[in-house]
Amino acid sequence: MSNTILRKRFLEQILVMFGREPKKPGAVSEPAKQIHLLKRTSNKEKLQAAAAHAEAHMSTSHKWRNRRWAVLLAANLLFVVSFYFDIQILEGALTASRFIGFHLIDLNSALQVMLAHKHIITNLLIGTGTVLVLWILFGGRTFCSWVCPYHLLAEWAEKIHLWLVKKKLVIDQPVDRRLRTVFWVVFALLALATGYTVYEAISPTGIVSRALIYGPGLALLWVLALLVFEVFFVRRAWCRYACPIGLTYGVVGIFSPVRIKYTLDGCFHEGNCRKVCLVPHVLDTVIKGRAVHTEVPIGPDCTRCGLCVDVCPTGSLTYDVKGLSKLL
Amino acid sequence: MSEADKPEEPAAPAAKPGGKVKPPPLSRSKRQELRRKFLRTVLLTGGVLGAGLSGFLPMLYARRQRLRPPGALDEKDFLASCIKCGQCVQVCPVEAIKLADLVDGFGVGVPYIDARDQACDFSCDAVQCVLACPTGSLTYKKPEFFQVRAGAALATKPILLAKEKDPEPTINLTERMGVARLTRPELCLAIKGKGFKGQARGADFKGMMRYMAVDRWKPIPVSEHPYDVAECDLCVRECPIKGAISIETVYAPDGSQRKSPVVHEPCVGCGVCEMICPTEAASIEIVPREVWRT
Repeated sequence: MSNTILRKRFLEQILVMFGREPKKPGAVSEPAKQIHLLKRTSNKEKLQAAAAHAEAHMSTSHKWRNRRWAVLLAANLLFVVSFYFDIQILEGALTASRFIGFHLIDLNSALQVMLAHKHIITNLLIGTGTVLVLWILFGGRTFCSWVCPYHLLAEWAEKIHLWLVKKKLVIDQPVDRRLRTVFWVVFALLALATGYTVYEAISPTGIVSRALIYGPGLALLWVLALLVFEVFFVRRAWCRYACPIGLTYGVVGIFSPVRIKYTLDGCFHEGNCRKVCLVPHVLDTVIKGRAVHTEVPIGPDCTRCGLCVDVCPTGSLTYDVKGLSKLL
Repeated sequence: MSEADKPEEPAAPAAKPGGKVKPPPLSRSKRQELRRKFLRTVLLTGGVLGAGLSGFLPMLYARRQRLRPPGALDEKDFLASCIKCGQCVQVCPVEAIKLADLVDGFGVGVPYIDARDQACDFSCDAVQCVLACPTGSLTYKKPEFFQVRAGAALATKPILLAKEKDPEPTINLTERMGVARLTRPELCLAIKGKGFKGQARGADFKGMMRYMAVDRWKPIPVSEHPYDVAECDLCVRECPIKGAISIETVYAPDGSQRKSPVVHEPCVGCGVCEMICPTEAASIEIVPREVWRT
């Protein structure tokens, strides 16, 4: 029973990734229903007191964020250091590289090249396959938050944006999330039709990565324009509403066992997690009454960044590897 | 409006049993907000697509022919297949390969060689950049279905003078990058019958070259290798390819004779002659993508 419900939710989460708004669940498992009921009927004051207590005692650590930033910086610095000192550990840029000789090729870049060039050589295939397996193992959009250098810049721009929002100087102006899917299709079609890798020319991921390794250029102006747009107008506009790389890795994430898991039981539904999340639509399950089961895995669009894990006062959101907990 | 944490969002219109689905009327502010959101979406779409398609502009006009690294596919295929990773840049021992910037449109991040600044002198012996390329943009041998432009193919594999005595003296290159042309004969010292003494490109020139007499494996700055020649023949002297260029006696239409550098069919278009040419501007230059015309 709970399995079918969870499977249905999982499929819905795929649609949510492509841009559908999350809906109230149709069916909720028995144990989850009981917890929802219990939360509704419990003494409100007591619950609020408990929530306040949990929040007051929560650790304000940035454990996962710090780990993630360390990994992101290390990965990008390894490219820089490899070239600068010619130590040949990680050669190339994020679009395509060799890690101690093994080809690694970014899935979206590979797709653009394949569609534009219409000819695929073995090395391209090998590199693409390796990266596909890599991100199936590590969680798909994990690439975004743990590797993409633009993500880090955008994260800092987001901090400024939120500060300005708090000062009531700007307001976030959200855009239709379906746009990202549209862009994905449009850029694929453009590559196919024009024979140019149109997306690669404006990809901030590629531009920033190359700027770090080979030195800055005028192309950074485009990245700067995006960041300015994100600070003053639309919160995290590129990552949320435009980037086809994110959607490509999101699709990979469908098949990944690494995800964030939500445990309904101890959650007070304060909603802190949704405030820090890059993709809050994947956290609709934490809204009161929405969880379909006692434990709900977060959908594929999640970047596994761990901001919600850090911020959750009750430990209701945790990293999880599907099947691993059963094994251990 | 930020995505606030609403505990319960307004319920979706439920189908009444037997009745028609009637959406609840939206409030005026809600409708306005939706319209604004739609407009913003259109704006973002236009902005991103406009930025993307602006890459066409350099393609349409003021198109600069770039000298591409050895083994590059034809320009259109090259731009289509290059994944803009710069692995070719990283393996080049003289750092001849650079990545183009935004002004190149779709060519942004795509490798090129500015031969006057730093030519490809094949000091790697083996066209390493081709080996490094993960997508086949640079290739030893084009797949059959790609056309080879007439005159682009080299008659024989070029012999690298540096390893002429090796069992395998050739480099694995089937098509030329371009052809050297005496674009400013009026400046050429050889034609004037003049010699040359000093650093070929001045003391500040950063370009590197491998001089076999100095070090077989390590390129050194051109500025550290001054010349003293009675009749200038630097382009011939430093050309890495056997039989690609020589100083010949040529006859002008009026019957007068003079010496002149003459480019021959084995020229691969590497640009060493352009880099080393001591006149300002260079008397001899590579015409990128040029084919051999007989």
